[in-house]
Amino acid sequence: MSDRSSEDDQGRGLTPPPAPPPAPTPPPAPADRLPDGITDPAGLAVRLEEHGYLADDGLATAAYLALVLRRPLFLEGDAGVGKTAIAQVLADVIAAPLIRLQCYEGIDASQALYDWNFPRQVLHLRSAEAAGRSAAVDPDLDARSAAAELEAELYDRRFLVARPILQALEQSPSVLLIDEVDRADDEFEALLLEVLSEFTISIPELGTIRPTTPPLVILTSNRTREVHDALKRRCYYHWVDHPGFDREVAIVRSRMPGVGEELAREVVTAVQLLREQDLLKPPGVAETLDWTEALVALGADHLDADVATRTLGSVLKFREDQERARQMDMGPMVARAVVGGA
Amino acid sequence: MTDGHADRPPDQPLAEADLTGSAVGFAHTLRAAGVDASPDRVHAFLEALTELPATNRSAVYWAGRLTLCADPDDLDRYDRVFAAFFDGVTAHARSTTRRQVRLGADAISSTPAPGGSPDDDGPTLQTITRNASAIEQLRERDIADLDAQERRELDRLLATFALPGEQRRTRRRSPAGRGSVDRRRTIRAMLAAGGEAGPLAFDAPRTRPRPVVLLVDVSGSMSGYADALLRFAHAAARRTSGRTEVFTLGTRLTRVTEELSHRDPDTAMRAVSSAIPDWEGGTRLGVTLKDFLDRWGQRGTARGAVVVVLSDGWETGDVADLGAQMQRLSRLAHRVVWANPRVARPGFAPTAGGMAASLPWCDQLVEGHSLAALEALARTVAGATAETSRGSRRRRMVAGGATAAGQLVGAGSAGTASVAAGAVAAGTDHPPDATIPGGTPRA
Repeated sequence: MSDRSSEDDQGRGLTPPPAPPPAPTPPPAPADRLPDGITDPAGLAVRLEEHGYLADDGLATAAYLALVLRRPLFLEGDAGVGKTAIAQVLADVIAAPLIRLQCYEGIDASQALYDWNFPRQVLHLRSAEAAGRSAAVDPDLDARSAAAELEAELYDRRFLVARPILQALEQSPSVLLIDEVDRADDEFEALLLEVLSEFTISIPELGTIRPTTPPLVILTSNRTREVHDALKRRCYYHWVDHPGFDREVAIVRSRMPGVGEELAREVVTAVQLLREQDLLKPPGVAETLDWTEALVALGADHLDADVATRTLGSVLKFREDQERARQMDMGPMVARAVVGGA
Repeated sequence: MTDGHADRPPDQPLAEADLTGSAVGFAHTLRAAGVDASPDRVHAFLEALTELPATNRSAVYWAGRLTLCADPDDLDRYDRVFAAFFDGVTAHARSTTRRQVRLGADAISSTPAPGGSPDDDGPTLQTITRNASAIEQLRERDIADLDAQERRELDRLLATFALPGEQRRTRRRSPAGRGSVDRRRTIRAMLAAGGEAGPLAFDAPRTRPRPVVLLVDVSGSMSGYADALLRFAHAAARRTSGRTEVFTLGTRLTRVTEELSHRDPDTAMRAVSSAIPDWEGGTRLGVTLKDFLDRWGQRGTARGAVVVVLSDGWETGDVADLGAQMQRLSRLAHRVVWANPRVARPGFAPTAGGMAASLPWCDQLVEGHSLAALEALARTVAGATAETSRGSRRRRMVAGGATAAGQLVGAGSAGTASVAAGAVAAGTDHPPDATIPGGTPRA
């Protein structure tokens, strides 16, 4: 895309009349959209691992299909299981920018798609007036067509503020992360539906914006409410679960290379035990990493009852959960599990 | 139901046509098991298979799970159907399909199969089929169509629910006569005037009705009221302002919001009755409430909502658990209203374990035994008592403990009195005879 535009610029420098608009390029074949070396989900999983994300079979397959077939990926799961992180890593793998749209109650088109920069438009109008352009720009034009021209100028691309979805379409190939879509209202889902099915945005004053390659869209939801079925139907649906023991140890080790194998195993054992405890908010992978970080900061190379109690606030964020964990007397449990697991 | 596609074992290498056939057959089976595997999803499934090694079991599994499922509840069913469909022995492929079909219907039955529980993994085709038809009769008997009287009552409930409901501020703003300066609209007006400064435009935050969550107890002790309460829930679910979620409690939690979205009350009631697996079973309020809070409430459904528990508070499980869950609920919800059909009985005191444990965490205890009471409840839900200060009421209840709570709902039934006061205060256009929750002669 950038190559072509620079060529156009050169061509315009040589020949005075503007170059004809570039012919629409046919969408590239699926294989062209993938970086080298990725031919199947397993290949993608390897690349994700190189970038520090350990995906299981399901997530790797989902991401692979989303990449190849350009269908949005809908990730649902408990908080802190790595739904958002996968978007960043996928962006790194395909070397594309990550554009994030955080949803919240009340989000609307002007915050998600585009907005006109009214202050700049007024400024432009004023400066045109100050320069006395309406009469001086071209003596052949009558006042009415000069006004029309000025108005057309006002709705130029440079006065358009691109919000995340438009940014993603303009910068494609890109990765568009629509985070916590369940926080937005139903009306916003309808808007997404329109954009995600066509991958175009129609701006009445400017025309339709159509990317050469649709962006890779990842939607995440914490399931605070049921997202409408029509939206899910356009996506690959994947429920992200807590990782198993070995995978979680590997995640800790890969995200924090300085952490010893033993400490990682102990922390993960403790976290997995906590997850089975019927807590109000079972800790996710994010909490495992936070905890490990806290332990490392305290210079602990082992998880014993004392240091665990002191750092419990980085894993459990409810008073009831913390009390419960304190009663559990984790030290011996961790020790036993580590011995048993090793 | 065509399940001829299942005749061929799909774990053998397949030609293209067979692949489509199996995929469609698989989707049929899934649909029968309750997964919404619509044709466009099947198309996506096939499309995904072309990009993956289709003979690889794991690839087929994931391709199907990613495209055909849309809900965590689907995943269990998907796993079951996948195992039965793709790992089933050739000779039994057809009956396996059938069995999955029946298991889908059976999982929502109200009575355990004569030969074993619905989760029994080895029922024969015959018993299951017979069982399924027996359930069908049971349902016909349970849910009678509404007569004219009941329809009129329902209409009145609906009219009550047309009240605006309790409002909450949203982040969206809309034009208003006063408030803060709406920069965008002001500048747009200037733009239209060719850049001349004009009068300022203002905007103010918009308000939206708070969501309403109904938790309907459908256990055996509530059997006399469950129909009326579900009709009430249907009226609530159809209210035009704001979101309403309906769940049933019993021995397990069932979300029936979708089923209640039918306009026709008869259709909705039939859909609900077939969706509830634990109809007139035992009561495990604490466990099901916890289930609700874990899966829905804490994630957002109960946050800032008006939560109405329609139950008699008879708990067979641990009462302390129920109390703890009610405490959790009250911290999440904007207001917790407990409607108990037994409140109106002479000599009622909330001493029954579950009720006593829950009361400190309810903002209001109202009666729920008659139509008049339900109408009053509808008005409560719709926000007519918004002026009742939640904090002060709760403090009073906590401070006084069970005795104060007993007095509160004792002879005068203070809860309903406040409803009546609120209804008057709301100044709605209701006929005066509709606002008599306190002293109505009861059926």
